[in-house]
This record gives sequence, structure tokens and C-alpha cells, in this order.
Amino acid sequence: MSRIEALRGWVDARFPLTAMWKEHIGEYYAPKNFNFWYYFGALALLVLIIQIVTGIFLTMNYKPDAAHAFASVEYIMRDVSWGWLIRYMHSTGASMFFVVVYLHMFRALIYGSYRAPRELIWIIGVVIYLALMAEAFMGYLLPWGQMSYWGAQVIVNLFAAVPFIGEDLSLWIRGDYVVSDATLNRFFAFHVIALPIVLLGLVVVHIIALHEVGSNNPDGVDIKKNKDPKTGIPRDGIPFHPYYTVKDMVGATVFLIIFSAIVFWAPEMGGYFLEANNFIPADPLKTPEHIAPVWYFTPYYSILRAVPPLFGSQFPGVALMGAAVLILFFVPWLDRAPVNSIRYRGPLYKRWLAAFVVSFVVLGYLGIEPTGVWGNFPDAMPVLGGTPVATLVAQIGTAIYFLFFLLMPWYTARDSYKPVPERVTS
Amino acid sequence: MKSIIALLFSLLSLPALAAGGGHPLDKAPVDLKNTVSLQRGAQAFASYCSGCHSLSYMRYSRLTDIGLTEEQIKSYLLPTNAKTGDVMSIALRPEDAKAWFGVVPPDLSVEARSRGSDWIYTYMRTFYRDDSRPTGWNNLAYPNVGMPHVLYDLQGQQEWQTDSEGHGGKLVQVAAGTLAPAEYDALVGDITNYLTWVAEPARSDRIRMGFFVIGFLLILLVLVYALKKEYWKDVK
Repeated sequence: MSRIEALRGWVDARFPLTAMWKEHIGEYYAPKNFNFWYYFGALALLVLIIQIVTGIFLTMNYKPDAAHAFASVEYIMRDVSWGWLIRYMHSTGASMFFVVVYLHMFRALIYGSYRAPRELIWIIGVVIYLALMAEAFMGYLLPWGQMSYWGAQVIVNLFAAVPFIGEDLSLWIRGDYVVSDATLNRFFAFHVIALPIVLLGLVVVHIIALHEVGSNNPDGVDIKKNKDPKTGIPRDGIPFHPYYTVKDMVGATVFLIIFSAIVFWAPEMGGYFLEANNFIPADPLKTPEHIAPVWYFTPYYSILRAVPPLFGSQFPGVALMGAAVLILFFVPWLDRAPVNSIRYRGPLYKRWLAAFVVSFVVLGYLGIEPTGVWGNFPDAMPVLGGTPVATLVAQIGTAIYFLFFLLMPWYTARDSYKPVPERVTS
Repeated sequence: MKSIIALLFSLLSLPALAAGGGHPLDKAPVDLKNTVSLQRGAQAFASYCSGCHSLSYMRYSRLTDIGLTEEQIKSYLLPTNAKTGDVMSIALRPEDAKAWFGVVPPDLSVEARSRGSDWIYTYMRTFYRDDSRPTGWNNLAYPNVGMPHVLYDLQGQQEWQTDSEGHGGKLVQVAAGTLAPAEYDALVGDITNYLTWVAEPARSDRIRMGFFVIGFLLILLVLVYALKKEYWKDVK
């Protein structure tokens, strides 16, 4: 017995190291037919690690103080060795996190990864998404530029629209009557400690839940139903290591090429990852002409703006915006289809999904632009006269967004389905 | 599926809207490799702009990046009592500026990132006479700006002329300056180039380094792809 093996035996007698390795990596049998869409879970983990590591280094020089925050970011960009690289990796990582997570969530929708027995994995995933939104929102205040400041002001004011407790609630979140040094400090605490701990914990739970029931696949076939009787290993399963570790290395390298191209050649990404207005220090006395959230929040912002105020209160829009995210929790029970994967679903689901994706993208675009982006309907027109075209489109988009979910029990029940094969197809 | 990815990515690459003002912007002759232009810009900025505008995130010592020696920085650009490691702050106090000009002249360290190089270039070229303004000057890129035309003896005077119905306005030179129009544009171009460099002094390094990083990743991609192929041979 070599010394390494002896050491492993010593550890295993005290901690289930080998058992954990086998359960989660070495002998975790994943379906062999993962395709393009199955890269994004591992990539989300990669981005999380990039964000944590770059975040640690940024914290060493960033000052969470309204009087120094903006200057400390510029100090990192100029005077800290490699500071610009760390900062751009972190800012690019924030946006790429959402790119990867949106694609990961879309994968779950098309292959039915949220369906029994994976409902909890999906629910934990939605909680991760919510935590990620909070993490991104609070992190965005830290550079203390005009967009940071006014974006936070607008979002925190949304809570003020909640009936009865709204004003107190927004005051409690801000810690002041306007976004101020107190807000910056508490957002910093949440961004660098509280939410990262929550995120890491949830990611662990997400993966444990996944490994308990096993991964879904593009055919939606349960590979555990067809095991080799001698070994007890699924015939369509392959061990995660080495097969998917080497495959994910290819995916990670392609991802890092795209990531680096942005970091080195287009860190502002045309004003979508780093906004021009955020290079102006926060000024509580000067409201920018056009306040828009960062691109990953804009579909929800569009939904908010699409809803007209009721009795002078913005609450209906705020409630609908919240509902747009919370409705994701119910997807496992809204879907009545007898199959998992889009490959064996009928035309109804495919059309609704396509309409949903188009509406999500259009809402995202409209949330970036001012409501006047597509002009107004002529005043002479009945009913619609004078309203911005974009507002009507956003209202239609909002309706499609919700109908995709609300009508799901109906259209999945009456859709036509193709027979599902016994084993995965290659 | 492919088209959905394309859609998602096209959302990210939509061109950003040009910053307000409405006047079409001229293309600034930005070339960060042209150190002579950057040095001329640094000198012009020190002569004409730094009386009122600080570059308070930028250190004098960083000017060695654009080919100036420490000696040159000390003898030509450094104000009395300043050290080369200092940031480019100014003596003008904000409260005095507020009292004298009505506004505090902004720090220009990241102006080229908030407004853009083209905007700066256009701004410095589109001052025109307007007697309705307290300074006697107005600007196309920044209507009703508080700043007078500091470079007017170099550029001369322009007027904004419209036809009898107030349409089709254009800038017309009404008095010559000490510089010919092409010389003035070159000077303003140098200042713009300099401010673009100041806004992100690591930019040239960043772009150059990108080729090495991505070159490395492409080689790595070939290797990890070969590794994946080799392992996956036995998956049937």
C-alpha cells in the first residue's frame, strides 16, 4: 500500500472522502446523451467561482463609503496592479452569470427538467435565481455611479408602492430617506457576505438534490429504469468523471474564449454591461433623463411599466413584476404533459414556448429603451390614440409571458404527443 | 435552438444610443498608439484646460506610459509644489468656481467614458456666438453650456446660421482664429485622444493582452477537445 493510499484510508476512517467522490463524481452516472444545453449548469458554477475570487480581490481595495466608493473603483482601474482586469472580470461575470443562468433555465423548460421527480431541484433553482437577482442588484450600487444610485433609488421605491407598509418597508431597506451612505454600507454587507453564503449553500443543495434523483436528459427518458442487472449501472449512464469532466472542460474553454473577448476587447459591451452613465459619480440632486436597469432585469422592468397605475398607485405593476418571477415556482404543477422532453411534445407547446421566448426578448429590449422608442399612436385613433406603441407591445408581451404559464395546464393536456423511446437516442 | 441563442445574443449587441443633445457627433481621431498626439494632447490640456478641469484619478507619473520621461513631466507639466506621484488635481476650489461661473467645472478623468470621445471632439468644435447666453457662447453638442469657448482665439468665431424660416442651420466661420481650421481640428483631436487615454490608461494593454489570452485558450481548446474525443471513443 502506497503512502497516498494509506493517507486516504486514514482520512476515510474519519471523513467519507472516497464515498463522496464516488457518489458525486467518480460513480455518478449521468445520461450519455447530454447536448449543448447541458453545459450551462457547470458554467454557472464556473462563473460563481470567478465572481467570488475576483470579488475577494476587489474588496481589498474598494471602499464602501459614499465619499470614496466611486474614486476607489477608479483607483482599482488605474493604480492597483491588474486591478482593471479583476474589475472587468467581475463586471463581465455579473452579466455572463445571467446569460448562463437564463440558458440553464431555458434548458429545464425544453427538456422538462422541472418535472417529477425533480420539482425540488427546480424550486431550489428558482430560489438561487432570486438570490442572484438580489446579489446583482446590491452589487450594482457599489460603484456609486449615477446609474447605480438612481437604479437603486427606483427599485427600492418600488417597495414603497406596497399598500399600508410600503413607506416603512422602503425606509427599512434603505436605512435612510434616500439612497445614501447607510444604504451603500448595508448593500455592501449583503453583497459580499450574506448573499454569497446563501448562494453557495443553495448551490450545494441544488446539486445534492440533483444527484439524489439523477440528471434528466434531452430525451427525458429515465435511465434508471434500464440498468445492467449484473452491475446495477444504468445502461445509458456514464460516470461523470472522466466523461463529463473532460466534456465540460471543452465547454468551459469555449466559454472562457467568449468571456475573455468581452473582458479584453469590449468590457462595456456597447453600454450594456457597463453603462456610460455609471462613469458619472452619483449625484442625489441630479436625476438622469432616462433610468434603465441593467439588461438582465429589463424584461421585468418592462412588465412593471406595461401596467397602468390603479387609483394612483404603482402597486399593480409591482405585484405583477413580482408575480412574473414567483410564477416559476409553480411550473412543475402547471405542466400536465405525459412526456418530459420537447422532442416528444406536440405543436401547441412548441408554439407557446416560442411565443414566450420572443416576448421575453422583446420585453427585455423595451425595458432598456424609453417608452417612446417606437413613437406614439396618432392622436386621432380611438382608444389607443396618443399611447406609445412600445407600451402596447409591452402589454401584449406581458400577457403572453403570463399566458404561457397560466394556460399551461390547458394546452399541455390537449396537445398531441409522440411516443417516447425506451432508451436515450444518440 | 440555434436561432434562439442568436436572438439572445443579438439582444446584447444592440448598439447603444448616442448620449443626448441631438446634434450628430463627428468621429474623433482617436489613436492610442500615436504617442506624439497623446503628448501634444497632454500639453494642450495642461495649457488650456487644467486651469478649471482636474483629472483627479490620474497621476502625473503615469504619463511615462505615453513616452514622456520623468524629467519632461517635471519640467513641462508638473505644477509648482506637486510631485510626480500626485494626482492631477487643480487649485480652483469648488465653492469659488460655483460663485464665479455658476457651476463647478467637472473632473474629466472619465469624461471620455461617460460622454464618449466623439462627443468631446464634437463639443470642442461646435462652439458658436450666442449673445443671449451670459458667456456669449453656446454649443451644439451641449446646448446652453455654462462654459465659454476657451479656445476661441485659436479657432476664431463661428455663428449658427439658419434660413429665413429657421431651418437647415449650419455653423459658419465669421472670424478667423490663429489656427487654420485643419490645425484647430488636429489640436482638438489631440486633446480628445489624450482624454480617451486618461479615461482608461490600461486600454492599450488590455487590447494587446487579449490576443495572448485568447491565443492561449484556442491552443487549450484544441488540446481539451482532443482529450474529450479520446475519452469518448468508448461511449457508444
